Amino acid sequence: MTDAVLRLDRVNSFYGPVQVHFDLSLEVGRGQIVCLLGGNASGKSTTMKIILGLLKPRSGQVLFDGQPLTGLSTPQIVRRGIGSVPESRRLFATMTVRENVLMGAYTRDDRAGVAEDYERVLDLFPKLRERHAQQAGTLSGGEQQMVAMARALMGRPRLIVMDEPTMGLSPLHVDRVLEMIQTINGQGVSVFMVEQNASLALQIAHHGYVLQTGRIALSGPAADLARDPQIRDAYLGGAQAA
Amino acid sequence: MFPTSFGPWLDYTINGLVIGNIYALLAVGLALIFGVSHLINFAHGSVYMVGAYIGWLGITKLNLPLPVTFAAVAVGCGLLGAVIERVGLRPLRNAPRIAPLLATIGLSVVLDQSAQLLFSPDPRALPTQLPSWRIAIGGGSIGALDLLIAGVGIGSAALLYGFLRFTRLGWAVRATALDRDAAQQCGVDVDKVNRTVFAIASALGGVSGLLVGMYYNTIDPNMGFQAGLKGIVAQLIGGVGNVPGAIAGSLLLGLIESYGIALFGTSYRNLFAFVALILILVLRPNGLFAKARRLPPEPLTGTFIAPSRPLVLPGWLIGLLIVAALALPFAVQQPYLLQTLGNAWLYALLALSLTLVAGTVGQVSLGHAGLLAIGAYASALLALDAGIPVLLAVPLAGVIAAALGTALVFPAFRLRGHYVSIATLAVGEIVTLVILNWESLTRGPIGVTGVPPLSVAGTPLVSGQWVYWIPLVVLLVFAGVQTRLLSSHLGRTLRAIREDDVAARSYGVDLNRYKGLAFAVAGFVAGVGGALMAHFYSYINHETFPAPVSMLALTMVILGGLGNVAGAVLGAVVLVGLPELFRAAAEYRMLIYGVVLLLLIRFRPQGLLGTV
Repeated sequence: MTDAVLRLDRVNSFYGPVQVHFDLSLEVGRGQIVCLLGGNASGKSTTMKIILGLLKPRSGQVLFDGQPLTGLSTPQIVRRGIGSVPESRRLFATMTVRENVLMGAYTRDDRAGVAEDYERVLDLFPKLRERHAQQAGTLSGGEQQMVAMARALMGRPRLIVMDEPTMGLSPLHVDRVLEMIQTINGQGVSVFMVEQNASLALQIAHHGYVLQTGRIALSGPAADLARDPQIRDAYLGGAQAA
Repeated sequence: MFPTSFGPWLDYTINGLVIGNIYALLAVGLALIFGVSHLINFAHGSVYMVGAYIGWLGITKLNLPLPVTFAAVAVGCGLLGAVIERVGLRPLRNAPRIAPLLATIGLSVVLDQSAQLLFSPDPRALPTQLPSWRIAIGGGSIGALDLLIAGVGIGSAALLYGFLRFTRLGWAVRATALDRDAAQQCGVDVDKVNRTVFAIASALGGVSGLLVGMYYNTIDPNMGFQAGLKGIVAQLIGGVGNVPGAIAGSLLLGLIESYGIALFGTSYRNLFAFVALILILVLRPNGLFAKARRLPPEPLTGTFIAPSRPLVLPGWLIGLLIVAALALPFAVQQPYLLQTLGNAWLYALLALSLTLVAGTVGQVSLGHAGLLAIGAYASALLALDAGIPVLLAVPLAGVIAAALGTALVFPAFRLRGHYVSIATLAVGEIVTLVILNWESLTRGPIGVTGVPPLSVAGTPLVSGQWVYWIPLVVLLVFAGVQTRLLSSHLGRTLRAIREDDVAARSYGVDLNRYKGLAFAVAGFVAGVGGALMAHFYSYINHETFPAPVSMLALTMVILGGLGNVAGAVLGAVVLVGLPELFRAAAEYRMLIYGVVLLLLIRFRPQGLLGTV
């Protein structure tokens, strides 16, 4: 994978005295869906924080399109072209769907382009068109996930990072969300997603990593991982991982 | 006092709405600031005062046209707001939420005192160039200024609505208020949002100050304190962080005050606001318009305890210091020096009391001077009017201060963080106002004269040595008891409440009982301190223990190290004793306290001796 849109290079991160990541390295190939799997407290969500600059690594670096993101604030990183779908969606509950989606274009100054893209994401998620004047907090979980993805797309990102996009959704909506991720990926956007639900994530991902207590335990093409007996035992035995 | 015809009531209504409009300009800003930064900005009242003074400069010194003056006030205060955000909030963004609150208190003291030094403490007239016509309406009347105030209020609200609804930055403000992290992930620069909000809020606050100055035709450097509190009260009535609620709460508060004055008289004006505050805190802590009666979310929690290793003074050193302090009058005979140190010991009692509730239990009280006042009045009146011997009146006063103080703060026990600070601040004001208005008991504004001195067997103990020794011995006794208490099971329980009240409760700690106990002990110590002050000063009135004394007490305990007994004594000696001994000009003293407070919060939150 030589053409990587995102690369983490030997990242060590800490919460106070507690080390979370130990020489974590991984890559997201351009145009791919890459998933990071792992159980509770394996450091998955912290990886998102590191990428978005919400937590600074003590050593190692994050490279986006070959450029280090070291020292940049979260808004600056977002401006570089990384969109985020945060854990449990984090919509602006009392703002309307339209306002939420347009907040995703906060960094952009081309009004015409924004209006065009807004129409485009509504075409992608037609459900939102009828809901555009409704307060985002009143939507169902699946609809909220659409808003969160639409919001992330509005910044015209080259990479979208998603933190457990299927968490808390009904099985019906889970499938819809997976389709949406593939749709987004079909638009040429690379996707890096953190998931606990390994079997689902591996269905749509090209490549996967397994994180165990802050270290990459396994990695490889998604299809191989799905067949890997270790993964089967640890994550695919039941529906949910430990 | 009870108007029966309709006309006067219409006037009171108009007056109430006008005042409400002025409060709204303050409260809206406070609500915006709380929304994005979860901070109750105690410097807001000072910005209002600065606005009034910029307006005064513009109108009386530079003879600017009124619209230009308003613009100058808005711009000047907007810049000041940005500075407050930069100095008071941003460096403390990772500190507990109470730290920026204390920083805004420090900033407020600095601003008020600077204005006092620049413009003198005397009130100044702020003549308006407005026409003096009044329109008669159904027995009442409306003047040009009333209309101007209403216009500015409604205009500002409309502008603000437009800003929040239709501009990109306005959306960013709302998004940041709803979810700071998610806003950042949309590329919002949260620092810029905070700065913008502080600037807008401060511009509105400054305009409010100018309007008030014009309305009453008088301004003074201390006008901001009460006004800032009113803004906070109005905001709490509407629900913290709720902008439309703040406007409604302000109009309601204006009407309550106006009708209240009509029914009870002007001197009660401020009492209504603070009683309303306590009622709101008890009945609807989320404001009148909140859907559910639930307690506010987490951001309000957090004490100002910087983790630190307290400096352990060896026992022999403490013993040596105590002996030296006790023996000092044999070596030094100057009554002035002894009196000054005696006064420092009295303030150390106040600090001892505050360090227990603010440090050990983590309930940052901003109205501690109220406990001194209760103790002082109780003892003085018991001795004078009830004929109780002074030696008995002093401990009785301590008991009364303990009981009243605890009862008054009780409504805030189930609240946390900011709310305790606001409630105690209000309680401090209520105490002062009751003293002022309950003339049959307290002699009102005249004060209590001829308070008898402490005496033993008919011999009054008034010489320099006694003024020094008596407070020192009382202080040593209380300090000893408090030190024992801290290392006891009770002390551990109190600290557990401070560290994590939910965890403490889940281990079976009855929070109300322990907080009550702490406030009772603290009330007793401060009450005895106040009582001794009354008997040494021989004259007290409602202004003997003003709100700045509470801020001074807070600075003392933070300087020494929160919860630290020796630190409380050290803080009192440094802040009360030293300035007097070095003859620092009295007018600079409060300014120095404010600067010390700011520097401590920023650079040494654990104080000199460390927190316990």
